[in-house]
This record gives sequence, C-alpha cells and structure tokens, in this order.
Amino acid sequence: MSVVTESGDTGAADIEPEEPGGGGRRNSWLRYAGGRVLGSVGALFFMLVFNFFLFRVLPGDPVRTLARNRLVSQEQVDELTRTLGLNDSVGGQFLTYLKNTFTGEFGLSFRYRVPVADLLLDRLWPTLVLVGTATLLSTVIGVYVGMVGAWRRNSKFDVGSTWTSLTLYSMPEWWLGLLLIAAFSVGVGPFPGIFPTGNLISPRVEMWSLEGVLDMAQHLALPVLTLALAYIAEYALVMRSSLLDEMGQDYLLTARAKGLRDVQVRRRHAVRNAMLPTTTLIALNLGFVVSGALTIETVFSLPGLGLLVTEALDIPDYPVLQGGFLFFSAAVIVANLGATLLYGWLDPRVRT
Amino acid sequence: MSALLEIQDLSVTYRTREDDLPAVRGVDLTVNAGESVGLAGESGCGKSTLASTILRLQPPSAEVTGAILVEGEDVLTLGWGELRALRWAGASMVFQGALHSMNPVQRVGDQIAEPITLHDSSVSARDAASRVEELLDQVGLRSATARSYPHHLSGGQRQRVMIAMALACRPRLIIADEPTTALDVMVQAQVLALLADLVNELQVGLLLISHDLSVLGTTCDRAVVMYAGRVIEQGAAFDLFARPRHPYTTALAAAFPRVGNHAARYAPAGLPGDPPDPRDLPSGCTFHPRCARAVDACSGHDPRLLSIDDGERAVACIRVTQEVPV
Amino acid sequence: MSAPSSTTTQTPRQLTWQRRQAAAVRTWAEFRRHKSGLFGLGVLTVFAMLAVLAPLITDRSGLSVTQSTGGVLEAPSSEFWLGTDQSGRSVLTLLIWGGRISLLVGLLATAISMLIGTVIGLASGHFKGWFGAALFRLTEWFLVIPFLPLAIVLQAVLGASLANLIFVIGVTSWPGTALLIRSQTLSIEERPYLERARVLGAGNWHQMTRHVLPNVMPMVFANTTLTVAIAILSETTLSFLGLGDPLRVSWGSMLDDAFAAGAITTGAWWFLIPPGVAVILVVLSFTLIGQALEEIFNPRLRERS
Repeated sequence: MSVVTESGDTGAADIEPEEPGGGGRRNSWLRYAGGRVLGSVGALFFMLVFNFFLFRVLPGDPVRTLARNRLVSQEQVDELTRTLGLNDSVGGQFLTYLKNTFTGEFGLSFRYRVPVADLLLDRLWPTLVLVGTATLLSTVIGVYVGMVGAWRRNSKFDVGSTWTSLTLYSMPEWWLGLLLIAAFSVGVGPFPGIFPTGNLISPRVEMWSLEGVLDMAQHLALPVLTLALAYIAEYALVMRSSLLDEMGQDYLLTARAKGLRDVQVRRRHAVRNAMLPTTTLIALNLGFVVSGALTIETVFSLPGLGLLVTEALDIPDYPVLQGGFLFFSAAVIVANLGATLLYGWLDPRVRT
Repeated sequence: MSALLEIQDLSVTYRTREDDLPAVRGVDLTVNAGESVGLAGESGCGKSTLASTILRLQPPSAEVTGAILVEGEDVLTLGWGELRALRWAGASMVFQGALHSMNPVQRVGDQIAEPITLHDSSVSARDAASRVEELLDQVGLRSATARSYPHHLSGGQRQRVMIAMALACRPRLIIADEPTTALDVMVQAQVLALLADLVNELQVGLLLISHDLSVLGTTCDRAVVMYAGRVIEQGAAFDLFARPRHPYTTALAAAFPRVGNHAARYAPAGLPGDPPDPRDLPSGCTFHPRCARAVDACSGHDPRLLSIDDGERAVACIRVTQEVPV
Repeated sequence: MSAPSSTTTQTPRQLTWQRRQAAAVRTWAEFRRHKSGLFGLGVLTVFAMLAVLAPLITDRSGLSVTQSTGGVLEAPSSEFWLGTDQSGRSVLTLLIWGGRISLLVGLLATAISMLIGTVIGLASGHFKGWFGAALFRLTEWFLVIPFLPLAIVLQAVLGASLANLIFVIGVTSWPGTALLIRSQTLSIEERPYLERARVLGAGNWHQMTRHVLPNVMPMVFANTTLTVAIAILSETTLSFLGLGDPLRVSWGSMLDDAFAAGAITTGAWWFLIPPGVAVILVVLSFTLIGQALEEIFNPRLRERS
C-alpha cells in the first residue's frame, strides 16, 4: 500500500543513489582495509629506509665514526663492516640490509656478543606483560572515568577526576614511578617497603609455579600501576571530551522522543558513538605507550626491551639500537593498523 | 469528538543565570483527529519550543506552566513511565531530516525499529523487520533502504525515513517540526503530499510547523501564526494565507510571492527591524515597532486574540478587531 | 608609508592592522573568562621571570661542581632552601637554572616543529595532485614512528648536545601540527572567497600566505602551546635518559642525577620532588592555556561549556 509511488523519488531532486544493502558492508570494509594495509606497508618500508640511512648519514667511514671514543676490538670492526656490507655500493648495501632484516640477522650486540635477534626475543616477554596488563587495566578504567565525568559534568567527581588526569598527564610517567618506588619499595617514615624493585621475578623462583606467578605479580605491581595511571589519565580525558561532543548531537533528542530512558539514550547512542573518536585518538598515541614502556622499565629495572634499548645507549650498542628501533616502530605501525581497521569496521562513514 | 491535542494557556520560560527568556507566552491550540493544523512564524517565535514541550522534551532550564492535554491527559503532570509510554506511541515527532537527527552509525532500519521493540518487548525481531518494511513502503521507499546508513541517503529520502520512523508505533498525533525546510521545492511538494495522504488515511492529527506560510496554506486545514511567543492569528489555512488580516501575517504571506502574481513582485518584501529580543520585549503589542499600521494605542495595550468573521478567524490586533483598550 | 592617514581614508594595510588589533583585544577578553587558562598564564609568567632573571637572583657559580660549598645530599636548611645534590650544589639554584634549559629547549624545538609542520601542512592541503598527496603520505609515515625510540637513535648517532636535542625534538614532533593545519587548510580552501581569489589570478604563494595562513593562525597558536608542553616533557625524558647535554643542568638531568645517586633509597626527597613538580607546573600551565585557546578559536567546543 504505497502512498507515494517510487518513481517520484528518482526525480531531478533526489539524484543520490542508494547504497546496495547486504554484501555492501563487507565489501566496502575490505576496500577500506586494503587501502589501509597498503598504507602501513608503505610506512614500514619508509621506516626501513630511514633506519638504513640513519647510520650511514655520518661523514667518513661509518664504522670508525660509530666506534668513536669507544674501545672496540678489531673483530667487532670486521663484524660491523661485514654486516653493514660496506664494501659494496650503497644500493648493494641496502639490499643486504633488507635481506638481513627479513632473515632476522641484525648482527651481534657489542655488549653481549650475542645475536641481536635472540636478545630481542628474550626480552620481549616482560615488556609484553607490562604493557599488556597496564593497557588492559587503563582502557577499562580510563574510559569509564571519562564517561562518568562527562555524564556528570561539573560535578565534584568530574572536576576532581579531570584535574587529576591533567596533572598525571603533565607528569613524566617515570617520575611518578620514582615516587612510587620511594613510597612503596623503600618505605616512607614508619611504613616499610612492600614491593621489590628490579627484575621481573626473584632469583631461584620457578616462573610457572603459583609462587612464581605471585612473585611476578609483586614485582610488576608498581610498574603496572605507574603505567596504568599515566594511561588512565590520557584515556579519561579523551573519552570525556568525545562524549561531551556526542552529547550535544541532535539525534539524541530523537532518541529521547522515542521514549528511551536517559540511561538508555546515553548507553545505546551517546557512549557507543563517543567510543569511535576515542579509538582514533588512542591509536594516534600508541607511540606514547612505547615510550612509557621504555622509561618505566628503566626506572624499575625490568629486564624488557625498553631497558635493553636504554642500556644500549651506554656503549653505544648500535646493533641493538637499530634492531630495537626497528621492532618498536614496526610494533606501533602494526598496532596502529589494527586500530584503524577496527575503527573502519565500527564506523561506516569512513568506508565510503 | 474531544480534541486529540489541547494546549491550554501554555507558557515556557528559559531560566538562565542572567535572565529569564519567555519563549512561549500563554498559547492555546487545538488539534483534532484527522485534522492537520499548521503553526507558522519566524525563527525565535517559540514554535519549536512549543513543539518539543508537547512531549516534555524541553531543556531542563525551561519552566513550564499551563496544560497540554493529549487525549484528555495532561502531559505535564504525567509520571515518567506514562510519559515514556506516550512518547512515540501516543504522539510522535518528525524532526527535520538533517544528517544529525539520526544516529550516523546505525542502519536506518534499526533506527525505525528501535521504538517498536522498545514499546512492545513481545515483538520479535522478524516482526519488527516486517513492520519496518511496511512503513518504508508507506512512505514510498524501497525495502532495501533499511540496510542503508543515513549518509547514503539524499535529503528527501532521509525526511521520508523520519516520517516512517514517526509512524512506527501508530501514534494518534504527529508533530512535524520544519519537515521540509531543507528540501528543494520538488521534494518538498512530494513530502507534503505524503503527509496529507497519511493524515487522511490513518486519521491521525498533524501539527505541522514551518516558517513558510505557503506550505501551510496548501497542506493544512487550519493554521496558527505565532509572534514573540503569542498566537496572533488563526483560522482556516488557505484562507489565512490568501487573505491575511494581522499585519504580521500579511508580511509573512507576502514573503512568498505567488507565481503569476505580478503585483507581488513590486510590493516591498520583508519587514523592517529584527525579531524582538525575548529579554526585552516591546511594551503593549510586541509587533508594534515593526508594524506599518501601528498607532499610539498599540504601544500601551497588548491585544487579545478575538474572533472575527463569525468565528472563522481570530486575530490579536486592535486595528483589526476594533478592540477597545481598557 | 607616504602621507599620514586622514580621517576618511585608510590604506588596506592600516585597516588590516586595526582589525587584527581589535581581534586580539577580543581574544584577550574572552581568554580572561577562562580561569584555568589564567592560572596557567600566571604560573608560566612566574617561571619565565625566574628563568630570565636567573643570573640576577642566583650566582652562576652555584652550578659548578668544583666550587660547591655544601655537603653531599644535605637536607634543606636555612642556607640551602632545597638542600644540596650529590656534588654539594644548591638544589634551588639548579632548579632555577635548569628551568632556563627546559624552557629554552621546549620553545626552540616547538619553533622548529611548528615551522616544518605549518609549511608541510599548508602545502599538502593546498596543492592537489601528487605533490600534496605525497606530502600527506610523508606526514602519516612520520606520525606512526614512535617518538622516543627515534629520538634515542638520532641522539645516539648525532651525539649528546643541546642543539641536537632541540633538533631531534623538533624533527619528530611536527606531524601532529602538519595534520591539523592540513585539515584546516582544506576546509578554508572550500570557501568561496578563495575561489574568487584564484579567478582574479592569485598565485599559489599569494593564496597560501594572504588567505589561508591568516585564517589558520589562531588554531596554530592554540596548537603551539600544546606542542610546547609536549616538547618540554620530551626534553625532560631525554635528559633523564642521559641524552641531553651533559654540561648543562636541566630538570631532567637533575632527576637523572638523583636517580643515579640513589636519592630514592637515601630519602633525599628535596632532590627528587622539586624538579618533577616544576615540570608538572610548567607543562600543566601550557596545557591549560592551550585548551583555553582551543575553546576560544574552535567554535564547536564553545557550546559545551
């Protein structure tokens, strides 16, 4: 029972075509994803090239320059010359570099005399546990705090949490770590320290036993807390801002007019839509996650990739530095890609 | 038959830190089933405030007095549960189909179905989907439209979706707030025709709000003109448009010249001055500073809405009704 | 300028100048209504004055390790208000002089970053076709590379000096600005008056500098303050990791010394807390000012508060 015939719809005024239903959703996402993946591959390649030229941009013999002021044995010089392929042309060197990168051949560490690739793999686990746990905790708590802050704007909770977040955000996260160490590891006044510093696990404790897990938890408590606080501040501020933006939109009035309770309006529409820009802003700050890992591991002496890289500054241990930079950059690029793809899945406006 | 919608002496005042802004000042309005009533006036005259207050959607800073009776029940005194039940199922609104009136990341079909399942939880997803199809058909859209997102649709299509959405729970009263304002003339005509047919077939009551008097003149049975929060003229819609009596209505009607009417091309269009600031309303008749027919008495006396022409028209102007100021 | 202006006619330049002045006055009036922004400005002024007046209020010899007069890690006393560091120097003196470095690096690095970011952002927004697209890709690539590993590697390769530090921070923080300016440029270029300018024969340079840039400047200004905040945080972190100039004292290097000297275990809070608090105050101030400016210049945000 059509009140107005369809043909009137396609008059000169309505010229925009309708999107086909059904498979249109997945197809458009695939197109979007394809574009994004290509973009990330480009970024990875750019980073590889950048990394390559970084160590060769110095004038003179790179090996001599890299080994300046440091006592390096002749065999290390030879090793470096070989890995860098300095006897070839620049193009040849680049190809060698690419081949090495893809086969995981990053050379030997100056300090440890073991393959850098092995070192990276060894140290990966503590960093993952640290960053993973902190991110998980902080995403949940931070988004929730930001959400409630926006709902109850200008309430005591909102004002308090916003100022706390701003302060935490303005603070170097490792400084907070130092304070927490002073308070809880060393002890302040009459309060004894209850958390150990240094290392992931106490010596002579089996990692995969219950005692081991508890021990690890005790070692990780402060570092995770420090990182989590820093991340929570960021996520809370971003979520609050996104939700406030969303709450001013007209379609929420439509939703209320339909008879939805305020809580339903917020949850079903405002919060869900506010999560979208939150995801983007968080993705843009994944580098922040990396720098957090670096500095926190340094301060807490956790044997992860971050500590490995900062320790490598002492010599400087160039193979480790180069390998570490490669790893972190690739990790951020991949994580960014993941976040962007997820966003494309959630927000159909981006796909067209 | 008792009126579907009866607004009695409604006043809505926005309270801010600095001032009180009276948006609606003592308005009476009636809509019967199967009847479409137009509400006209320029921006800021209070018509949108009035519309949103019917379903108690006004902002929290607004203070409301008077009564709004929907099928005999005063909306302003309803409990929350009853109010939410009334919203959409008793009376629904058609908002301007701009991109922001709909959730941009939800499919249009889901948005139409939302109030259906909300008001009757026993409705299955399948039933809701078929009802959505039925509604889309009613407004002249293909059923595949349900899978689209708002940004895929043209302005006209979005407006039809808003209408379909408003019909979802079979309301008795529909309030359409500027449904054709952002549309070009051809699409506007289609949408208005659609609304008129729906009123006829479903015997709903329609309150059509627009700043365009010509739209109301051709689509509605009766029309009401507001200025600075008051009703200043009301009567049969086409008659009001063709033969306006209040000076403001005359100017409003002249703003939309008729094709073929050569005289209209030379008549001065537009009113001098600006719409009045609600914080600082002119004394007496609020229109008198901009009125071509104002006399001294107009600044001292606020005219009452009085019937003329054997009750066919009501006007609030002492020059027209010959009201004697006391 | 030739003859002085009469009361009836003004040169275009005079008109523009007058309008800009009026706009600045209006902006300041609006800014005054943001209490948090004012607080930030006040705190910042104090720190700026301390930094500028440092040679007058303290003795530069206080920075010298060989001329230090205090004991090792002494608690605060009437002589040393904030105690001493591991070499016997007054922590208060270090704090004041350290502020100079932190602010200097922050501001200079931001200047570089804003310069690069604005140029690239304008160009990638203005030039359609492969050039603009290529610049956009470049921006995206630099954006994804994580800042700290890049800064560490660059600094390790280039060497530890203040100039290198400024360079590194500047060169790694421009993408954010570039993206913002690019999106602003794109939206401004859609406006009709720019199309008219083009029809009248305005070249690329003229369009960008006379039309787009003045409209983009307010947002750039707001973004700059936020960038300074990040630059100072970055400098502090890099100095803490030992990548700053070893001869200069900054708040980050103070904390590095504190950490290395075991200030945590010995409870030397006077060495540990003040530099951190100083960083928080300065970064917070810039952030608050930047947020207030954003609210003023971005009309969309204004409706919220």
